[in-house]
Amino acid sequence: MPMSPSVPQATASAPAPAVTAARLDALRGPVPPRSHDARTIAALTVNPGCSRRAVLDAAGVDKRKLAERIGFPARYGQSPFAITRGLAFEKQVKADGCTALLELLRGEPLHFDVPEHEYVDLGVEPTADSGTPVTVDRAGRYERTRRLFARVAAGEPLLADHPLLRLDVGGRTAYVEPDVVALSARPSGASESAPARLYVAEVKSFAVIDGQADPAKVGAAATQAAVYVLALRRLFAELDVDPRIVADDVILVCPKDFANQPSAHILDVRRQIAAVERQLARLPRIGALIADLDPTVDFDLAVDPPEAQGESGREHRSGVELGKSLTMIEARYAPECVTNCEMAFHCRAESRAAGGADALGRSVRDSLGGIQSIEDALAVADGSAGVGSEQHEAARLLRAAARAYDEALRVTPRVAEPEVDV
Amino acid sequence: MSAAASRSTQARAVIEAVAADLLSRDHRGVIVDSPPGAGKSTLVVELSGRLAATGERVMIVAQTNEQVDDLVARLAVAHPTLILGRLTAGDYEVPERLAPLRGPNLAFSSKLPELAAAGVVLATAAKWALVKEGEFPWAILDEAYQMRSDGLLAVAPRFADGTALFVGDPGQLDPFATVDTDAWAGSPWDPSDSAVAVVRAHNPDLPVHRLPYSWRLPATAAPLVAKAFYPFTPFDAGSDLDDRSLTFSARGTSGTSSADECLDEAADTGWSWFALPAAHTVRTDAEAVEACAALADRLVQRQATAVDRAAGYERAVTPDRIAIGTAHRDQAAAVRAALARPDRAGRGLTDVTVDTANRLQGREYDVTIVLHPLSGRRDATAFHLETGRLCVLLSRHRHACVVVGRAGIADLLDAHPHAEPVRLGVPVKFPDGWAAHQAVLAHLGAA
Amino acid sequence: MSTLTALARARAAHAGRAVPITAVRHVHLSDEPLVLIPLMQAGEAAAPLAVMAGTDRAAPQLLLVAQPRNRDQRFDFLTRFAEVLVPYIAARRQHTETVEPTKNHDEWERCTDAPQLILPNPAGVEALRLLGRSARFRTVDGPYPVDPRVPLLGRYLTWFADDRAPMPGSGVCLALTSALSQHWATGQSALEDQHLPALLSWIDPPEGMSGAEAALLAEDPDAVPPAGPTTDPAFDTGVLAPLVRAQEEARAAQDMRAVAKAEEELRVALAAQLEPTWQTVWRGIDVLRGLPAAASDKPRWQVDRGRFTDFMTGIEEGLPPQPKRPSAVAAARRLADLESARQSYDRSQAIDDPLVLARYRVGGEAFAGRITFVDAERQEIKGKRAWPRPLVVLHTQDEVILRPGVKLASPARVAQTVRLRAVRRGEAGGYEVELELQSGMGRGKTPEEGSVPLVGEERCYATFLAEQRGTRPELPETDKTPWTHGGPPWPHVARAEDQAEEWH
Repeated sequence: MPMSPSVPQATASAPAPAVTAARLDALRGPVPPRSHDARTIAALTVNPGCSRRAVLDAAGVDKRKLAERIGFPARYGQSPFAITRGLAFEKQVKADGCTALLELLRGEPLHFDVPEHEYVDLGVEPTADSGTPVTVDRAGRYERTRRLFARVAAGEPLLADHPLLRLDVGGRTAYVEPDVVALSARPSGASESAPARLYVAEVKSFAVIDGQADPAKVGAAATQAAVYVLALRRLFAELDVDPRIVADDVILVCPKDFANQPSAHILDVRRQIAAVERQLARLPRIGALIADLDPTVDFDLAVDPPEAQGESGREHRSGVELGKSLTMIEARYAPECVTNCEMAFHCRAESRAAGGADALGRSVRDSLGGIQSIEDALAVADGSAGVGSEQHEAARLLRAAARAYDEALRVTPRVAEPEVDV
Repeated sequence: MSAAASRSTQARAVIEAVAADLLSRDHRGVIVDSPPGAGKSTLVVELSGRLAATGERVMIVAQTNEQVDDLVARLAVAHPTLILGRLTAGDYEVPERLAPLRGPNLAFSSKLPELAAAGVVLATAAKWALVKEGEFPWAILDEAYQMRSDGLLAVAPRFADGTALFVGDPGQLDPFATVDTDAWAGSPWDPSDSAVAVVRAHNPDLPVHRLPYSWRLPATAAPLVAKAFYPFTPFDAGSDLDDRSLTFSARGTSGTSSADECLDEAADTGWSWFALPAAHTVRTDAEAVEACAALADRLVQRQATAVDRAAGYERAVTPDRIAIGTAHRDQAAAVRAALARPDRAGRGLTDVTVDTANRLQGREYDVTIVLHPLSGRRDATAFHLETGRLCVLLSRHRHACVVVGRAGIADLLDAHPHAEPVRLGVPVKFPDGWAAHQAVLAHLGAA
Repeated sequence: MSTLTALARARAAHAGRAVPITAVRHVHLSDEPLVLIPLMQAGEAAAPLAVMAGTDRAAPQLLLVAQPRNRDQRFDFLTRFAEVLVPYIAARRQHTETVEPTKNHDEWERCTDAPQLILPNPAGVEALRLLGRSARFRTVDGPYPVDPRVPLLGRYLTWFADDRAPMPGSGVCLALTSALSQHWATGQSALEDQHLPALLSWIDPPEGMSGAEAALLAEDPDAVPPAGPTTDPAFDTGVLAPLVRAQEEARAAQDMRAVAKAEEELRVALAAQLEPTWQTVWRGIDVLRGLPAAASDKPRWQVDRGRFTDFMTGIEEGLPPQPKRPSAVAAARRLADLESARQSYDRSQAIDDPLVLARYRVGGEAFAGRITFVDAERQEIKGKRAWPRPLVVLHTQDEVILRPGVKLASPARVAQTVRLRAVRRGEAGGYEVELELQSGMGRGKTPEEGSVPLVGEERCYATFLAEQRGTRPELPETDKTPWTHGGPPWPHVARAEDQAEEWH
């Protein structure tokens, strides 16, 4: 009978959500969970096939600390120069109630129809007495954000700085902060009657030179902005307002050419929104994933305080134990992981130690068909091993490659004639 | 008015609107988007006649010699009094089917001045690009979405003061370059972009028309193809469900042959999915290749008959009415080898067209068998996810399409990373390859 | 990736050492290349921090900017950079040779040499491109006047990094990681090959260590500084930032002795970061030099010499700097140049190098074997003339997936087009391929001596070697750009705006 290419269903064997949540807490041990932010939510789209990463993220395990404990510290870090520059640029764009930003929107080449806005900074407490601004708790800030957007939905032109939004990520609340603003505007050419939309603006300090910027950085900014758009839309849905009030386009503000002068660019993030939504929708499947885990697996990174002075604290789990737990969840390693996952160096070492073809990169893996290990590939190529019927073609190609390579070594190449002095 | 009559009226109205826009000379160009099998060639043939009737010369640009020759043949039949000039490359040989048409009304030459008597001159874009002199008041550019911007730049001086009609299918494969073209990304001068994209970027006010019905795709296929590949520009089938049928003279060996069951399903529903057990393989997966060949073989052995009541035909699905489509050339070669096995060759299976999506563009068959581009893969690449590729493969048939693939494609899509680089100023392409693949898989699974 | 390269990587991983994937060197190496190692300040678009430069490995020059965000210091740096680059280029402009006139070209003078810049990696080339872009529109007057050599430097750097570096087969601006990975497959991934010290460790590991072990050590930024242009963030935090601050504070306090001391410390720190890469780059050049140059090396370098001459002539004749974005016509010309260079580079590598050709064999675009039958007398009557059409049968173990009718050519005789007539399974395995020789046999009725292969000869035939080099399409003049491409572009007048371009 012809089979249908069914989408894997997690629901059949998945345990109840409460069971899952309890198991995830147990996996993490008695330390507070690492909460998601826009960056980590965006990262969900990077390697969604990796079970190891999915479990660690769902349990809120501090991957960075975990990597350190098992002896593979991740080398991430930003240069202080880049941080300083980023902060200075953001400050410049947002100065005087985002004057520079509004000018950009109204001017060349966007020509947005932006009404006068009341600027509201949600990141600082509105103080009656002129004390120093106090940063408030997240729930409170979210509440104020929500109230503010209720007013926006009612038609008030407000420009919100430092809003705090919420997104349900696999049953846990994550807070995300559009590092800037949402403001209402009409794109150029839209009719008077067209509804104004809310735009998320992202300030990034990488330069746009002659209209182009590093595509990887723009891509990352687009995915991050898509998280904000989604969170903002969910907030409006809760307020019973049509979420389409939030535009599919976001505004990327970057320095222009070699100066500090900001420039604004429109980014259509529909594809990124779809990608993030897809990954958020997949998260409940984690239940099925951890239901099959060996009960001994855990990533308890807690360290008890030393009993006496001078002693070191007692680690709940040793590096070896943690490493063993890791190996019990399958990883989907590819060399690109190094750029976006703290566990990458561990997974690389694991893959290399196992002689996995994954360590050589996706395209090599692809050329080897289903042959997973380097030794197997070589044995097949020199004819000392056979393969199953699915790998028959891969084997034929490998043998052909080995023969062509070895034959070519015996052929004399065409070389340049030596220089003759005349 | 019957549904069929209403559809013809609507399609006719589009053609009239295009003709009116052109003949008014209010615009320098007119764009016509045509979904698969929507009567693009019919439009080109009719408008060539009407433009030539103004007494001013028409130049026609197509992308391959085969396309140009097809148009020559159709024009010669549709407009017997029109004088046609076929401008050719030096090493061109007049194909057999055109030889009888050669005469006072159809001349062949590699030099434009020798075709001075012709009211309509046809050539490939590559040939037109070498022409240095001469101007035409009318130009028709066929398959314009497959033409590169730099190719258009080379031919445009020939109609710089005239009016041009750009016709093509936006859902098919985009043109490509053999070198990195990132340096031009987002610029309206990107020479590797499609001719239509560049014309629209510079002339945003040109009228755009859309042909509304696919006369090729059956009612079982048009909705899926439209939904998956043309989400913002829907179209319908030009025929009703009961207009078409596919039947077999020889009954299937039910219960024992999955190929026969699969063909029965395709005959009933227009689609079927032939699943092989999940495995990661190289792209010339021997089992998948054999499955494609075996399906074609059974189709021929069971003497399929295709009926189209609207078009008024009942014909045997002979090997030349069958195509097998693949993503890569080596896959096509492997399928051809499987069809050339002596017993199969004896049944005429070497006449089955086996080609890659690129080469199947613009072609039409009764039944197609498609080796799914993601079958047996562990990772999807942009090449394999490209919507145009899948769209071409799934929109060549008039009656039924069978898709062959390894189980596990859904898992692969599920695990596919979405960290795409983004270039400023480059319009986002829709549909997204991932979403289009999902829509197709869901439909095949539901069938 | 080809199966052959995948296999080579697997073999390298198994052996712990890189495996050659070419038999000869396909990049030109000048007798006196100028090695450049740029370092750029993190977070800025084109703020140079330092560059180590020189043609003598024993005597590198270190140029640095004490405060990369200070515009005057940056201009001063660019002036000093120009002092290194301009004489190097001028020396290569001096001697020319006369090129005989052809149908399309008058007699002209071509430089007998061309400059060659070697950078550690493609990111280094990109840094040069940005420096070139930031400098070429500067002027000697206006709001931010600069030394006349700064815009000249900008145009040179743009030519190297933007015009020539992406051109397939050009050797005037090389990224060493790309050049090395073109010739060797390592036992790590292509992504990891972008790290110069790690890549070179696989190719040329130190005594007593496997390439795999050496590469792992080379990845540690504490032990081996990265090859730039970005610095290690830990170095920025721990070393660079405090030194820049100290130097700034000293300047603010107008304590010139402290300024000098801070600058000296900065120089020492940056030299320590750059020195290891300097050595690595030269070692990489040595390794490449160990390969014999391919036969096509000379004609390719000759193209570079020609383009260099054209470029220098343009500057001497007062042409404006390269525009920010090309016109439609210029972009189309450029794409045609790039594509034809790609094609001819691919061809020449396959012709020169059996290992490169082997990749095409595995991919089904070529096959090799022994000639088993020759009918040299065979003719075809066309019109009134008889043409020689010898028939040749070749036996090969390669899988032949090509179809009858396809045109082929052999590296042994590239100008000879051969048509594939039939493919049969050989009785003793493999395939019998029947070929018809169609050209390259002289003008007579019988083939010229030596133009038909002999029984027993080994031959390889490939499809892409027979592909016609496309005739260049006729593009309109820029001022005749048709409406489809926006009409003629505005003439170049943007100097005033360019001058005013802010620069911190």
